[in-house]
Amino acid sequence: MAFPAGYKYTKSHEYIKVEGNTGYVGLTAYAQDQLGDIVFVELPEVGQEVTQGEPFGVVESVKAVSDCYSPVSGKVLAVNDKLNDEPGTINTDPHGEGWIVKVELADAAELANLMDVAAYEKHAEEEAKAGHH
Amino acid sequence: MNKLEPLIFELSSPGRTAFSLPALDVPAQDPASLLPGAELRAVAPELPEVSEVDVVRHYVRLSRLNHGLDIDFYPLGSCTMKYNPKINEEIAALPGLAHVHPYVGQAGAQGWLRLLYEMQGFLCEIGGMDKFTLEPAAGAHGEFTGMAIIRAYLKSIGQGHRNKVIIPDSAHGTNPATAVMNGYTTVEVKSDARGGVDLEALKAELDDTVAAIMLTNPNTLGLADENVHVIAKMIHEAGGLLYYDGANANGTLGWMRPGDMGFDVMHFNLHKTFSTPHGGGGPGSGPVGVKKRLIPFLPVPTVEFDGDKYYLDYDRPESIGKVLSFFGNVGVAAKAYTYILEMGAAGLKQVTEDAVLNANYLMAELKKYYLLPYDRYCKHEFVLSGNWQKQRSGVRTLDISKRTLDFGMHPPTNYFPLIVDEAMMIEPTETESRETLDRYIEVLKEIDREATENPDKVKGAPYDTPVGRLDETIANRKPNLRWTKE
Amino acid sequence: MRYLPNTDRDRKAMLEAIGAKSVAELFADIPEQTRLKRELDLPAPMAEQQLRAYVGGLAAQNWNVNDYTCFLGAGAYDHYIPAAVSQIMSRNEFYTAYTPYQPEVSQGTLQSIYEYQTMIAELTGMDVANASMYDGASATAEAILLAMATNRRHHVVISHGVQPNVLNVCKTYTGGQGVTFSEAPIKACGTTDVAKTAELITNETACVIVQYPNFFGVVEPLDELAAAAHSKGALFVVNANPIALGLLKAPGQCGADVVCGEGQPLGLPLSFGGPYLGYFACLEKFQRRMAGRLSGVTVDNRGQRAFVLTLQTREQHIRREKATSNICSNQALCALAAGAYMALMGKQGIREVANQCLQKAHYAQQQIAKLPGFEPAFGGAFFNEFVFKTPVEPAKLQAELAKHKILGPIDLGRFYPEFSGLAMFAVTEKRTKAEIDSLVAALEVVSK
Repeated sequence: MAFPAGYKYTKSHEYIKVEGNTGYVGLTAYAQDQLGDIVFVELPEVGQEVTQGEPFGVVESVKAVSDCYSPVSGKVLAVNDKLNDEPGTINTDPHGEGWIVKVELADAAELANLMDVAAYEKHAEEEAKAGHH
Repeated sequence: MNKLEPLIFELSSPGRTAFSLPALDVPAQDPASLLPGAELRAVAPELPEVSEVDVVRHYVRLSRLNHGLDIDFYPLGSCTMKYNPKINEEIAALPGLAHVHPYVGQAGAQGWLRLLYEMQGFLCEIGGMDKFTLEPAAGAHGEFTGMAIIRAYLKSIGQGHRNKVIIPDSAHGTNPATAVMNGYTTVEVKSDARGGVDLEALKAELDDTVAAIMLTNPNTLGLADENVHVIAKMIHEAGGLLYYDGANANGTLGWMRPGDMGFDVMHFNLHKTFSTPHGGGGPGSGPVGVKKRLIPFLPVPTVEFDGDKYYLDYDRPESIGKVLSFFGNVGVAAKAYTYILEMGAAGLKQVTEDAVLNANYLMAELKKYYLLPYDRYCKHEFVLSGNWQKQRSGVRTLDISKRTLDFGMHPPTNYFPLIVDEAMMIEPTETESRETLDRYIEVLKEIDREATENPDKVKGAPYDTPVGRLDETIANRKPNLRWTKE
Repeated sequence: MRYLPNTDRDRKAMLEAIGAKSVAELFADIPEQTRLKRELDLPAPMAEQQLRAYVGGLAAQNWNVNDYTCFLGAGAYDHYIPAAVSQIMSRNEFYTAYTPYQPEVSQGTLQSIYEYQTMIAELTGMDVANASMYDGASATAEAILLAMATNRRHHVVISHGVQPNVLNVCKTYTGGQGVTFSEAPIKACGTTDVAKTAELITNETACVIVQYPNFFGVVEPLDELAAAAHSKGALFVVNANPIALGLLKAPGQCGADVVCGEGQPLGLPLSFGGPYLGYFACLEKFQRRMAGRLSGVTVDNRGQRAFVLTLQTREQHIRREKATSNICSNQALCALAAGAYMALMGKQGIREVANQCLQKAHYAQQQIAKLPGFEPAFGGAFFNEFVFKTPVEPAKLQAELAKHKILGPIDLGRFYPEFSGLAMFAVTEKRTKAEIDSLVAALEVVSK
């Protein structure tokens, strides 16, 4: 399973693709694989405040529900409306078209708390081996 | 194999009717004039237009697409699919039970009130509690009621600040959902290697914010918690109460009682332990029992006896209120009541002993073919894991279950409890014979063989059922929850 | 014993296979101090004949609606149940099945639920309906939970004309969640006071709830109440009598967001109060927040149309502490009966039943109104239940009418202290003109 270099990652399998003072946030390929076919995404409101490590939305597959945790603190600038009609985009292109929200960063220093791609690859591998509960 | 059936709307033909009403025998008046100012329907609802022949055939054909307990084995863990006695059905249908209005009044309901009063008493005896209410309509409903009682009690003694409910990681989803509905936050404690609540983990959660712990015993692994009395002491000393989820009571009858274990509040599932039919998903009945100090908080009305007459007591100022419009799913309670009268004390104890024997018999044999995570004597149910098959050839519990359908049996509960990977929770119940259990063992052995020799066959099952595997993704992405006329 | 197939011989063989010496060994892990060391104190076991005699004896003491003529209502009604309904409910494949979690062998249950959902949606004018809840009162409570989950508000405005038990259950359900209730008053004519209701609705109101017809049988002005609710962003919840919807304008046409209520009139026996049927329907925009089971269409791997439990991730077994509600069971068999009833009544019959209820109730009311001392309490349009001020107190009327084998009226003072002395009668299609005339004659005698 490949993850884009240059993105930052959380332990809970979200990513942020930082562009200046904004970033695109979504779920990693590992996360969508664990969840299965995504059937519904509960998107936040534009303008909503988000906090690093706190939930900002919910993703549902056929058999599971998962909170999406924000990689950074800040404000929601845009939501990916495409996911309302095609939630499966998170499965087919999680790191690209399947982005969930675009946020404005409140504090770029917070990015230091996240993993780079090498560390995240290792993390995902370890979780896969342990099996999930 | 039975053919699929069109929707009843697709069988409709304009003008066909299936109803039989006598002609109006009072002088007819214009409805609009009888309902001044009210608006009438302009368009009739699109209910079917079929003959009675169509209706009956339609439903009979639909029924033939179902597997039922009256057809073959149905070992769903924690559901207790035991045989539904037919005398119970007949008795519940007696006009003196089925055709009585809830507000008929005390004089006209003495038979019903006595039945309910005696039933309350039976459940107290079986559960080791001091008083029961029959008002909750299902297990989850009973859980809500019980936790609301706990909340009211704690508030009444100045302990309303307690907002934490402890729940084991093996618990059914209704437990945390119930706690949250009652305004509590939940804290999960892990199970230990024996499958019981990890006492150290529990100790770490105990402080003066604990309101209660919600437990099932035997738990969802089918295992008796060897420390339940210790847990009770720990919780009580911390100022909390214990709630017993009675879903697994079929493993306890005559051997242990929640009240004696230290529980303060409990519910029974009459549609599990006490043989009332599952009905395709209900109606059930979830009576709640409490210890003495909690009696004032029970829902109104309670059923009482003054030495001469039975009556409904509404004068209960500390009651949590009502959880159902009337008195409970009493028609279901009447079936369970009849069952208890038929079985008697020794019979109920035999029920549990045979249920436990049947489960251990299956477990002893099946553990040779499927991973048994907790290798100790179980009670009325046990949990296997499909991990060996998954590692060997990618065949998962889901596939094993679908293949079981081809053999005419219903599979066990899948993917629960959450703490076991590829879980299969098997509860045969006491109403199955050794021959049936042997047949089930052969089926699982065969599927295990197939999982090795021909895994694709298992992964593509079922084949001999009216429908094959369903696409649940589109069902959830684009829900179609009703027929609409074109 | 007949429900325990294994004999001692079987048990012995099974213990050997397990490697245990006795059944007691299987219970060795039960802590000593929690064991029951005596036999349960229950009556001696009965054989089938004895069960019939004993429980049958209890049943015989009750006043059933075959032997007594029923004019009682207040949330449970004596409607005629077609013979085919109980036959259908007695199909073993329906009543001994479990929840349809294995859809491949549950198409009977799943399709019948889908049809039931459709019929309820049609009757109420809503987009979707669920597979049912415990009863009308708890369904109404669930409507509040849905409203709160949708708009995150904590105030409820509920009409005084909603059945008191429904209000009671709603309060109990929300007791742990900091919800406040305001009761909207009714006017002298028996309808909810729209102006006063509007004053009670604020930007904190999650929903406004009315009953249709209301507890007193009076038809409520739904459109005006809906407008009042929506003007402040609150949901409009209508608790409706499903039989009445055969004739009255559907709440879905009047601005309702949720329509729910007691489905007992749809082919379920009175059964001393339960099991009943909480039907629940809402607009499509709320369907993902709606609690309870849902049967939806899909396709199988052979290309066939099939039905499956859908949107299960709303439910507690997946969402756990994040679920809107803890509801697990529904009233499946009762919903099956209701579906069969609606299918048997059909498009025409449901209107015919409703019309007969209306006609007979008005005939009865008009005859009773002629009796000296009997004054109609409310002037508003009523469906099949009506209230009278009576010359003799309701409790005495009940006792005397019982001697004539007539059940009723309801003593309204039991539910509303301010209406002490008022008596309520319900009339369904089952009441013949002769029965109604007997009631009137008996009332005349009793009130002299």
